[in-house]
Amino acid sequence: MTAAVRPPAVRCAGLVKRFGDLTAVDGLDLVVEAGECFGLLGPNGAGKTTTVEILEGLTPSDAGAVEVLGERWTGGGSDRRLRERLGIQLQETKLPDKLTVEETIRLFASFYREAQDVEAVLALVELGEKRRAWYTKLSGGQKQRLAVACALVNRPELLFLDEPTTGLDPQSRRQLWEVIETFRARGNTVLLTTHYMEEAERLCDRVAILDHGKVIALGSPRELIAGLGAEHVVEFTLAEPGSGLEADLGVLRGVQALRQQDGMYSLTVTELHQALPAVMSLLERRGRHLASLTTHHASLEDVFVSLTGRHIRDD
Amino acid sequence: MQLTLAWVRGFYREPEAIFWVFGFPIVLAFALGIAFKNRGPGELRVGVEGGAGDSVIARALDSAPGLSAAVLDSVEAKAELRTGRIALLVIPGAPLTYRYDSTRTESHLARLEVDEALQRARGRADPVLVRDDRVVELGSRYIDFLIPGLLGMNLMGSGLWGVGFSVVQARTKGLLKRFLATPMKKSEYLLSYILSRLVFLVLEVGALIGFGWWVFHVGVHGTLAGLATVVLLGAFSFSGLGLLVASRAKTVEAVSGLMNLVMLPMWILSGTFFSYARFPDAMQPFVKALPLTALNDALRAVMVDGASLTRVSPAIAIVCVWGLVSFAVAVKIFRWR
Repeated sequence: MTAAVRPPAVRCAGLVKRFGDLTAVDGLDLVVEAGECFGLLGPNGAGKTTTVEILEGLTPSDAGAVEVLGERWTGGGSDRRLRERLGIQLQETKLPDKLTVEETIRLFASFYREAQDVEAVLALVELGEKRRAWYTKLSGGQKQRLAVACALVNRPELLFLDEPTTGLDPQSRRQLWEVIETFRARGNTVLLTTHYMEEAERLCDRVAILDHGKVIALGSPRELIAGLGAEHVVEFTLAEPGSGLEADLGVLRGVQALRQQDGMYSLTVTELHQALPAVMSLLERRGRHLASLTTHHASLEDVFVSLTGRHIRDD
Repeated sequence: MQLTLAWVRGFYREPEAIFWVFGFPIVLAFALGIAFKNRGPGELRVGVEGGAGDSVIARALDSAPGLSAAVLDSVEAKAELRTGRIALLVIPGAPLTYRYDSTRTESHLARLEVDEALQRARGRADPVLVRDDRVVELGSRYIDFLIPGLLGMNLMGSGLWGVGFSVVQARTKGLLKRFLATPMKKSEYLLSYILSRLVFLVLEVGALIGFGWWVFHVGVHGTLAGLATVVLLGAFSFSGLGLLVASRAKTVEAVSGLMNLVMLPMWILSGTFFSYARFPDAMQPFVKALPLTALNDALRAVMVDGASLTRVSPAIAIVCVWGLVSFAVAVKIFRWR
């Protein structure tokens, strides 16, 4: 079993980082096992980026211990040896405007003692056709793939990705996911931050949900969703304002949890085919009319909502 | 090495930068060269205010070499004198009045020329015979003074802008932080900027000197190796200064302001367009301690006087000290994010 001999890719304990009065990271403990894809989830300002930059050795922490690939950041010459083994994509890094794709990759390759062939990297991120295009001429998705390519030139064992797909269209996002999956398939470790739930559900073996610099939930996406006790979410609003439905809704068959906020009723249910007709007949008996009704499979978003009462993204 | 290449590429793909580094000094040299070219002693325009005997005076002045005179009514005369179109105004009468601004060199000259012409016209004879020997020798014209100064100014400008700007740009883009996340050595990074300057140096200096020689026959009297050494040290020194200026600045606007703060005094004080000997004695030690002053002195000594490197070593020392101190401080206080 190789998994048994490999130490955790990342281990940190009691991590604290303050910026003035703001505590960005508040006593964070994490273990990322070698070979897994681990996701840090949370709303903006939850401390995801700060945490990742501490782990990357770019930001010093105020307290706590960090171990990356079995080594510690010392601020000395040994850090460079560790950097040879890491791939890092930072949030919102812009690369040199007037360099071509190929030149940029070559430039980053020159920083490492051992680097992949430029052609191999180009093929990996599917930018072969764009090799002579300037950075400024690339689309958002292409720029992001180039940033990931720069993180992959040294064949890292551990790849840090900070919101790799933020602001990208669905197709570009899927292309990038494929790059990440290819990298993982070779037994490497990925630590990524995101506020896209579907991204975490598709890519990550385990996720940690962060809020106010703390881990508020940890586990595989399936475990966390199963923790809600139900698979579906029914949301509806009424045509006429007023409440008084909570007590009756709560006892309906299959309803596990109920929340009402700003006129929006949100039910977490196990058996949609039984719960939904029950809701409809209750409304009918009360003479209430629906303004909107939606249902979806329970997601990590619902996990976050049930834990904090807030949505991860406010948009 | 790749990094140096990256800066070089980034630069030559920026058309405006090309103009400011290569085109601008040449245009400047050309314009100034034309403006000051072969004027020799030049013709001085003087005016005679309308009054008794004005035409006699005007004729006498007109016939004198180097003067041209016109009769003007008093309103016109005032306006022309104020705007500097005439250097001096003669008001007929007894005694004759010369009205001029004594702080203007031209007016002062006109005072001497006019007086001589008028006194001679009235029959004054020179007790001593003299002969004029005008200097037109290469190496002592204004353009000969100007080209080394422009060269120095250019080295300063491109060193500061070339290095400082791209550093700050990389910082605001988060590129510095990205580089920090690689095993690259920090000192190598900073050095790469300075090395990339070297590549342009050859072109930049070549263009300006070539232009000066081709259009104005401004030659290099010293050895080319000596000139190359001075240019190289000057460029390194100003790149170091550029790094220092850019070491903390967070925005491009901030660094632009700082650059101008550093460069403006030197443009004026360091003897690029005119000799710094014109500044008061009390300022001289300060002016001479500026890196551009030292560089300009060294460049002129080598280009115009054909001085050897040992003779310009004090100036070179000042340039080097500025460069080394700036670089050392820049590395210490450099902000990477």
